[in-house]
Amino acid sequence: MASPKKFAKFRDVMEEVKKSGAAIYTNPTGTSDLVVLSPYSMNYIHSYAQDSEFFLRLAKGKLYGSECKNCHYRYATPRSHCINCGHETKWFELPLEGRVHSWTTCYFGSEEFLKETPFNLVLVEFDGVDTLLLSRLFGIEEKDIYIGMGVKARFRKPARYLISDVHFIPAERKSSRRK
Amino acid sequence: MPGQRKVYVVSGGVTKFAKAHPEMDFRLMVKRAYDYAMGDVPKLKASEIESSRISYFSDHFARQLKAASMVQDFLGLNPKDSRRIEWGGATGGQAVQAGWETVASGRNDVCLVAGFETMSSVETWKGNEFIALASDTNFDYPVGGFYTGYYALMVQRHIYEFVRKTRFAGVKDEKKAQQAATEEAKRVMAMVSVKNHINALHNPYSQYPERLTMKEALGREMIAHPINRPSVCTMSDGAAVLILASEEAAFRYTDHPVLIKGVGCGTDTMRLADRPQGKVPRFAWEKAADYAGLKYPGVHSFRAGRTAALEAYKNSGIKNPIEELSFVELHDAYSSSEIQTYEDIGLCRYGEGYDFVEQGHPFLKNIDYGLNLPKRGTIPVNPSGGLIACGHPVGATGIMQGVFAFWQLQNSIAKHFGNDKLQIKDAERGLIHSHAGTGSAVTVTIMERA
Repeated sequence: MASPKKFAKFRDVMEEVKKSGAAIYTNPTGTSDLVVLSPYSMNYIHSYAQDSEFFLRLAKGKLYGSECKNCHYRYATPRSHCINCGHETKWFELPLEGRVHSWTTCYFGSEEFLKETPFNLVLVEFDGVDTLLLSRLFGIEEKDIYIGMGVKARFRKPARYLISDVHFIPAERKSSRRK
Repeated sequence: MPGQRKVYVVSGGVTKFAKAHPEMDFRLMVKRAYDYAMGDVPKLKASEIESSRISYFSDHFARQLKAASMVQDFLGLNPKDSRRIEWGGATGGQAVQAGWETVASGRNDVCLVAGFETMSSVETWKGNEFIALASDTNFDYPVGGFYTGYYALMVQRHIYEFVRKTRFAGVKDEKKAQQAATEEAKRVMAMVSVKNHINALHNPYSQYPERLTMKEALGREMIAHPINRPSVCTMSDGAAVLILASEEAAFRYTDHPVLIKGVGCGTDTMRLADRPQGKVPRFAWEKAADYAGLKYPGVHSFRAGRTAALEAYKNSGIKNPIEELSFVELHDAYSSSEIQTYEDIGLCRYGEGYDFVEQGHPFLKNIDYGLNLPKRGTIPVNPSGGLIACGHPVGATGIMQGVFAFWQLQNSIAKHFGNDKLQIKDAERGLIHSHAGTGSAVTVTIMERA
């Protein structure tokens, strides 16, 4: 078997390793470092456990928060137990319209979402609910988004049983498709 | 606290932080920093080290579970007491406090605190994914998990609360007012980025020293609006080490140890969405009226940071941090979070962070930044260059801050940096601040010249 190729730039080492599995870095410190590909992948068998009902209802196009049975604090992102008093919560249906509490447009990201950039993240606030919901905002560009603007929920069909089964769009957008 | 012993730093060491160190694995990196620290206190024998607290953030980056055991092994410290410390971005700060605890409690007289991270083992976007796994994987990560995005959400609200509602209170068009406020804040964030990159020019351990101009700082690639590339720290390989000792032991090894005067730690909800909308836990000099109508912390401020500072100041007897502290090394993973942190730790009131920068308070007196800074040097923040310019090998970062603060308070910056440009004259007391994911945990440690 031929010796791995040598490179003086680490960027070139990385490219070669991805291609052939090994390369030698002729390090300016004077060492020759053997660099190899080391794959690692896995599938988790993940239970939503106490949050299961939220995702099942989400898949049916319903958005549920949770309300503390004791102190009545209302969570937009559900929690099975209240962080203020420790009591159990009960489900309540969230309104499908809310407002932007904060937002950003991501031009870069994690590997899994890199192909979706640029995308907008929003924290959505709802009337009469104490906490927020993190989601995506579709159908609008960075220059037009502002805190306080109305947004409404849309659901992915078929559902994938992920929190991204819900996203938001501007509430005031006129739908040309309906005409 | 009753029964608590005084704890001193007697030595420290840092590897140069770099994008990659293919010539050293994590064990050798720690060994290099450790040998440097041991070399600085020749009277201390390795056999006198009684325990170690070893920190790294991510098993994903390491691809080696029990990596801390392998460091213990490599340094020849077996069979002594040791444990791994992990606390997200605050891993290093927690390791320092874990070392402090074992000496303060009387269990050990000498404890090694060592930390590392090897982030070059994956491409940057995979690294972003590993880091984003430190957000709720049911409700946050699948939306587009990306830490710069989370901090952008936080600073956008901070700008709304503290720039839009003040400087642009008179602008009726909501969207225009917010956009103008954001432009103003971007300019201030760029000033922070300029400060940290220029400070790092004089720090030989830093990864990204640069004579950055405002034009360059503002012009570079946007990562997550309004945070652009020069306002984000990068991934690094590196290691850092501190050696802590009891009072009796410390003065055996060095005439110039540095006292760990007080520690504090705070926490908050993992999900930004769950953060409370309550009242500000106030410092003595703040009035309730200062924060009338402000819902706290919401997503605009770090309650964990405020909580940590309150505890650390109480334990250190600090009444007026801006007068009593000589400098601060804080966790500027983003230039936005540096501004937010000034307010959390009481260098100014909530809402005054942008003005604090524009006035020049956190800049060094003797360095030319190419900026008009009327009140520069009040309290230098990140004289080392911070995370933005030094790099952020997570498990080492909080310890690195401790090493730089130790050298500042020992008045030995010239010896260790090869120049004294960053040495703060007569530095008496410093604050180090380590911060985990969106402020879910923060440590504050006060160090004092002995």
